[in-house]
Amino acid sequence: MNKHVSPRLNRRAFVIGTAAVGAGLAIGLDLPFGGPAVVRAADGSPEIGAWVVVRPDDTIVIRIARSEMGQGSLTGLAQLVAEELECDWSKVSTEYPTPGQSVARKRVWGDFSTGGSRGIRSSQDYVRKGGATARVMLIQAAAEAWKVPASECTATNSVITHAPSGKTTTYGKVAEAAAKLTPPADVKLKDPKDWKLIGKGVKRLDTADKTTGAMIYGIDVKLPSMLNAAIKDCPVFGGKVKSFDEAKIAGMKGVKKVVKVGDTAVAVVADTWWQAKTALEALPIVWDEGDNAKVSSESIAKWLSEGLDDAQPAYVGNKNGDAKAAIAAAAKKIEAVYSYPYQNHATMEPMNATALYTADKCEVWCGTQNGEAAFAATLEASGLPAEKCDVHKVMPGGGFGRRGQTDYVRQAVMIAKQMPGTPIKLLWSREEDMAHGRYHPITQCKMTGAFDANNNLVALHYRLSGQSILFSLRPEALQNGMDPAAFQGVAQTGEAAFGYSVPNLLIEHAMRNPHVPPGFWRGVNVNHNAIYMECFMDELAQAAGQDPLEFRRKLMGNHPKHLAVLNAVAEKIGWSTPAPQGVYRGIAQVMGYGSYVAGAAEISVTDGNKIKVHRIVASTDPGYIVNPAQVERQIAGSFVYGLSALFYGGCTVKDGKIEQTNFDTYNSMRINEMPKVESVMVPSGGFWGGVGEPTIGVAAPAVLNAYFAATGKRIRSVPLRDQNITFA
Amino acid sequence: MANLTINGKTFTLDVEPDTPLLWAIRENAGLTGTKYGCGIAQCGACTIHIDGVATRSCGVSVSEAAGKKITTIEGLASGNALHKVQEAWIAQDVPQCGYCQSGMIMAVAALLTEKPKPTDADIDEAITNICRCGTFQQVREAIHTIASA
Repeated sequence: MNKHVSPRLNRRAFVIGTAAVGAGLAIGLDLPFGGPAVVRAADGSPEIGAWVVVRPDDTIVIRIARSEMGQGSLTGLAQLVAEELECDWSKVSTEYPTPGQSVARKRVWGDFSTGGSRGIRSSQDYVRKGGATARVMLIQAAAEAWKVPASECTATNSVITHAPSGKTTTYGKVAEAAAKLTPPADVKLKDPKDWKLIGKGVKRLDTADKTTGAMIYGIDVKLPSMLNAAIKDCPVFGGKVKSFDEAKIAGMKGVKKVVKVGDTAVAVVADTWWQAKTALEALPIVWDEGDNAKVSSESIAKWLSEGLDDAQPAYVGNKNGDAKAAIAAAAKKIEAVYSYPYQNHATMEPMNATALYTADKCEVWCGTQNGEAAFAATLEASGLPAEKCDVHKVMPGGGFGRRGQTDYVRQAVMIAKQMPGTPIKLLWSREEDMAHGRYHPITQCKMTGAFDANNNLVALHYRLSGQSILFSLRPEALQNGMDPAAFQGVAQTGEAAFGYSVPNLLIEHAMRNPHVPPGFWRGVNVNHNAIYMECFMDELAQAAGQDPLEFRRKLMGNHPKHLAVLNAVAEKIGWSTPAPQGVYRGIAQVMGYGSYVAGAAEISVTDGNKIKVHRIVASTDPGYIVNPAQVERQIAGSFVYGLSALFYGGCTVKDGKIEQTNFDTYNSMRINEMPKVESVMVPSGGFWGGVGEPTIGVAAPAVLNAYFAATGKRIRSVPLRDQNITFA
Repeated sequence: MANLTINGKTFTLDVEPDTPLLWAIRENAGLTGTKYGCGIAQCGACTIHIDGVATRSCGVSVSEAAGKKITTIEGLASGNALHKVQEAWIAQDVPQCGYCQSGMIMAVAALLTEKPKPTDADIDEAITNICRCGTFQQVREAIHTIASA
């Protein structure tokens, strides 16, 4: 049976395992693809290139560098390799190389980062080549044994055949010889029309253990003599620990040590986590909260609102014509201001990491979306060089962008460093997780649209004010101060391009960065940009006295792929025919992460504030679809995440701290609130777009536009919780 | 010290009587299939069966659970035979990250014991677990598949 192999968690076995791999690595170091020296996996089986291990029994291990976190990329990436390898899919399993191993081999597995819906689209080329390379080497080995030209041999389902002689053999039998061959310099990939496994909704490779409790998540890691840590970081971002009174918890059961973690946090280490948490709650801590303690949601909103003023500086992200002049001269104009709040990722598994530090080694076990970033954090926090550190990835209980950050890894190492030789598992309480997110950035947007006398849209001014993620997390990616990602979904060109042609257009961003740390939150800047643009598009259609779909279509003539997905949802939901009695429709489209998506919703509203979502139709064109069953799940899941955000998901700030503490104040949708999502997949080929995030962008605007259709009321701020609007 | 009967085995655990059952199961009995999500009985990730009733184990103390029959996700299968909910979850590829699914499966197993053929309304009422990945569609479909088998 297919299976993803979790890293060994028994310490003794782990040491032996890495030692075995290490010996192989030492030989192959200068020859990343193996070369004449055979690189061996932990069980002694030979690598056929870095991506594929073939065992004598014909089972295949495919290496996966990106992280699985529920989105299905692990299975999709294995399909890509297996397609070119021409192996027996039923005998495929997967394993993660560690970042330490990758760095030691000159990053032979490339980027480990799993965010921005890039897992498949940015590695599909080289992982397919990894599969093809291995196939060529296996065929070559068989041909040499048979003393026939390799060109006369074919491979399918892990069986190599020489048709002229009728000879056959299997991958497992020739693997040792293949591993000794020099890899081909270049390999040709299959034409998409010849794909057999890509495009097939095969079952995930990691399901079984998730149904029996056997899957090991970070929170489940157990090491011999391990202790558990609970942590409290200064609830005001940027604040520090002034003092804590350790004596007050001395003698509490199980407590082993109280440690300061950097300047900002205190942790209690105990036999069990429950003991650590109980003691931490009893520990008096005095904080130096600093000036940020004066900040509130109101003060942030006021500051952002000032950024909507044209007199304030702003970065121009997309422009044609002269929008301001055209608006000034227009026959008619409308204006609206929208806003979007901070949101916590609220992964089901709170942040955690386990670290073991000794004078000459530091190892970390954790769920992470970026093994290499976690590795870098381990190096930095431990002060040890790369060859003395490693990170072992385990299944994360959700990521959604949060686990691309490494704050929790750094903390675990900083605690472990104060207790050398003892493995420390650091687990955040849900309350700590709510208090120390890397939040969806907060923004406001003022939009002005202008029409000529014939109700044609002649100008659009879209002025965004608010937080930049890159300013905080990747300042090196700013372009002369501008955050190009702030324009996701409304950009001039590229993977998140605006889908409308407006003769006079100005899209700009007045950057204002409050102290609350922002992060990449599933969908990222597409979320608010899609709400602003697609809800305002409905307002423009209304002002022009036109149907929202027809109004959009007229502006989309130069954007055929945007239009195609919009048309697909319109057709599926039956836009041209009346909705059932009492049911109202909304529609939206956006481009993000290289994919074109659209959504439509049917809702009913009772008492003006109770929404029942009856139907959702979603369309996506990601170019190619590797596993339609998983894409369907990502689309449906995007709506759960996006509508949870719309209805429930605001984080508010008081005295510099986040006010929401747990799921009672930061709710998430339940099964009774969620209709079936009808997916329409329209892959048009020729490009590779992402899947995990783009569809989330259309979830909220489709429902908000339907709400207007039902009630005549525009909702211009999120979440609906704060407007006394709930699920029916 | 507390004596707990978990999955048919008796555990004598060195815990305070007010320790939440969730943590006694995870840390003292060493059964980590039951997950921590919120600690305030909101999310359902820690759902187990106590005397056959789906219960959020973070909200029950060890002393309250003593003497009762506790079943966790690890004890749902009968020997090597998976429970029908586990089988359906595998057949229909329900889990995404899977973290909430131990609790989800336990909640569904209890529902099906009570109502072997639940309606959508029954599912809506009984299954209140949070899943941030958004597997609700597959959960509902899998329940109906089991019910119609």
